[in-house]
Amino acid sequence: MKLDATDRAILNRMQDDLPLSTHPYAGIAAELGTSENDLLRRLSRLKEERIITRFGPFFDAAAMGGAFCLCAMAVPAEKFETVLTKVNAHPEVAHNYERTHRLNMWFVLATETPEGIGATADAIERETGIEVLRFPKLQEFFIGFRVAA
Amino acid sequence: MIDTKDREIIEALQGGLPLVPAPYAQVAETLGLEEDALLFRLAELKSRGVIRRIAAAPNHYKLGMTSNGMTVWDVEDDHITELGTRIGQLPFVTHCYERPRALPDWPYNLFAMVHGKDEVEVEEKRAEIAAILGDACRAKDILYSKRILKKTGLRLKAKG
Repeated sequence: MKLDATDRAILNRMQDDLPLSTHPYAGIAAELGTSENDLLRRLSRLKEERIITRFGPFFDAAAMGGAFCLCAMAVPAEKFETVLTKVNAHPEVAHNYERTHRLNMWFVLATETPEGIGATADAIERETGIEVLRFPKLQEFFIGFRVAA
Repeated sequence: MIDTKDREIIEALQGGLPLVPAPYAQVAETLGLEEDALLFRLAELKSRGVIRRIAAAPNHYKLGMTSNGMTVWDVEDDHITELGTRIGQLPFVTHCYERPRALPDWPYNLFAMVHGKDEVEVEEKRAEIAAILGDACRAKDILYSKRILKKTGLRLKAKG
């Protein structure tokens, strides 16, 4: 899909917070010099084309009393797809990436309780027979993911 | 902690916010709430940090940022806070954390995510990080992403 200047402006603006108001899109449309209807139509298309993977609240599991943890596994190539199916079957796996390293599967667990991290990682180890290395954050130096469109 | 009503709100929104002129009114209706009551609850969840922001998650691959490198560094513990803060302020670093080492295989304690249009661009940015870390960095590596295997964000488990 070809993105025009308005699409790009929308992508940049929509990575920032949407206001809590009755007609939140209307204000942003005005800011960007378009109509509410056009903004909503373009956003729907960006979502359908998967240029936006999700639009909505970003939750922090830790602030809910839960936890996040980055985990890694060294999965043998011939077992990769089987292990992947088992890992991704856990709803606690929020995202998962294949990476170029002996530790080739990296995923984030998001759980409603701190204990949920260990329980889920242990379950994955039992199911796959592969060690799950756990890298909980000790300090966060920056968060605010933005991509310039 | 979150109460039952907050939980219902989070469940209703974890798939995303509707793209309609009055999205909160629509969500409130499905929850049997007044729009004002929902907006009040959402404001409260934001002030407590449960909701960080309401925004779009862009697919950086589709936006031409096809190279994504997780740069990892073994930084002297005495300098990690100072150096991590400096690395986190670099405009091209999208996430930056101190994490525990997993010795002996994994000596790295600083993780900084770098995106670029290709590996050349990511390597240039990585060199900038290396220059800042200087002698406080004893070992380094980079793990490029090959494939997104899952990306759903947080999902609450259905409670019986």
